[in-house]
Amino acid sequence: MAEPTVVLPGVAPGTAPAPAVRPPLWLLAELTYKCPLHCVYCSNPLDYMAAGKELNTEEWVRVLKEGRAMGSAQLGFSGGEPLMRDDLVELATEARQMGYYSNLITSGIGLTEAKIKALKDAGLDHIQVSFQDSTKELNDFLGSTKTFELKQKVARLVKAYDYPMVLNVVLHRLNIDHIDKILALAEDIGVDYLELANSQFYGWAYLNRDHLIPTRAQLVAAEAEVNRFRERIGDRMKVYFVVPDYHAERPKACMNGWGAVFITVTPDGTVLPCHEAKMLPGIDFPNVRDHSLRHIWQDSDAFNRYRGDQWMQDPCRTCPDKTKDFGGCRCQAFLLTGDATQADPVCALSPHHHVVEAAVANAELEKPMISRPLVFRLDKNSQEFCKL
Amino acid sequence: MTEPAAITLEHQPRLRKLFRLQWEEVQQQHVLLYPEGMVQLNQPAAEILKRCSGDARVAAIVSDLEQAFQQTNLQADVLSFLQIAHTQGWIEHG
Ligand code: SF4
Ligand code: SF4
Repeated sequence: MAEPTVVLPGVAPGTAPAPAVRPPLWLLAELTYKCPLHCVYCSNPLDYMAAGKELNTEEWVRVLKEGRAMGSAQLGFSGGEPLMRDDLVELATEARQMGYYSNLITSGIGLTEAKIKALKDAGLDHIQVSFQDSTKELNDFLGSTKTFELKQKVARLVKAYDYPMVLNVVLHRLNIDHIDKILALAEDIGVDYLELANSQFYGWAYLNRDHLIPTRAQLVAAEAEVNRFRERIGDRMKVYFVVPDYHAERPKACMNGWGAVFITVTPDGTVLPCHEAKMLPGIDFPNVRDHSLRHIWQDSDAFNRYRGDQWMQDPCRTCPDKTKDFGGCRCQAFLLTGDATQADPVCALSPHHHVVEAAVANAELEKPMISRPLVFRLDKNSQEFCKL
Repeated sequence: MTEPAAITLEHQPRLRKLFRLQWEEVQQQHVLLYPEGMVQLNQPAAEILKRCSGDARVAAIVSDLEQAFQQTNLQADVLSFLQIAHTQGWIEHG
């Protein structure tokens, strides 16, 4: 999230001392893991089927209240597919009354005209629709259900109901060559913001990594296409193209730092500093059924574990960039090195950087080595991971 | 969009639909909220944006601010801030 403080010429910015623990400005409410889609890059935990009973409406309202009182201003309803919850309109109404700017992050499945109208009346601020791809065949393959035409209809409805329209497309090796069609579709629908986010490799995407890492040539071609489009479209649409971190020299400033800005409440009430963090072993992530959100954010071991830089080892500990990227992503460090306190191996200074280089080099081969066939995010597959 | 680049005293700027301006008690400041983002505003910036209703001309906004804060010569500051706000896409000329 952008956090510039705008200062008028000749006017000093505020000088209030910063509190030790900053407020969680961004609250992500993962309402459910239920989802009609089966994306191969889904970021939900592999063992989502092991999650406990979903929070009920009353519990969610309490969570939203507690978050707002701590200063949360942006609220994301996500999942799974949040439209699978039949209390979404009720939650959106509550959120608006509390003063949240609420964002619905949806695949669009289940978003009927009646639902859109109800959400609009409830005061929902924004709907982000994600598309797997603009080509029907590939989209059906990647989403593994017949969804494309429906999503196109949904996107037009979102626009018709006067929502700012953010279209999100996860890019990867299997769809990135269709970038021209994706751009044309976005233009056709009249998108305000287009987020072209290259797949990150966690959860299901990590399992499917060998299938999904693009080649450098694919990335260069896609970015050139995006730049040509930007030039032509001008102010009419803002296009973000997020370079995949595997192809970068430095890691992303993951979550703006652990426990700094983001708080995620998962369907069963477990609270995480980021929606991937559940994978980290040895951390007891607290639940809103047992504690207040304030206690969890400020005092729990889970949220303090990687706050600041005390936990760092070299090269991060002595690196001048540690205040910029916070050593990258803890989950990626754990996934690729087995130790969450390592530098994110995406960083060229990491002693484990060769792991990332090898994965990228594999992608350059004419026939990359594939460790397993594509695994779809299916309940039966998740159940297998629950057993592990 | 082929709007002229510079904001003048004749324009009637309006906060764009994508944005919501509100006071945040915890942060003790106004913020601009937009899809998945937030801009933290200092007091003068917020006072100017509050007045970008689409009805008031910049000249009127300036005199209103001068009156409210008992100051003079705010015109240049207001214009330069509105210019920033326009470049950032927060307001439209009107
Ligand atoms: S990534 Fe796909 S499968 Fe996963 S929650 Fe989103 S829409 Fe469902
Ligand atoms: S060594 Fe650590 S802090 Fe320095 S750039 Fe790499 S990840 Fe960031």
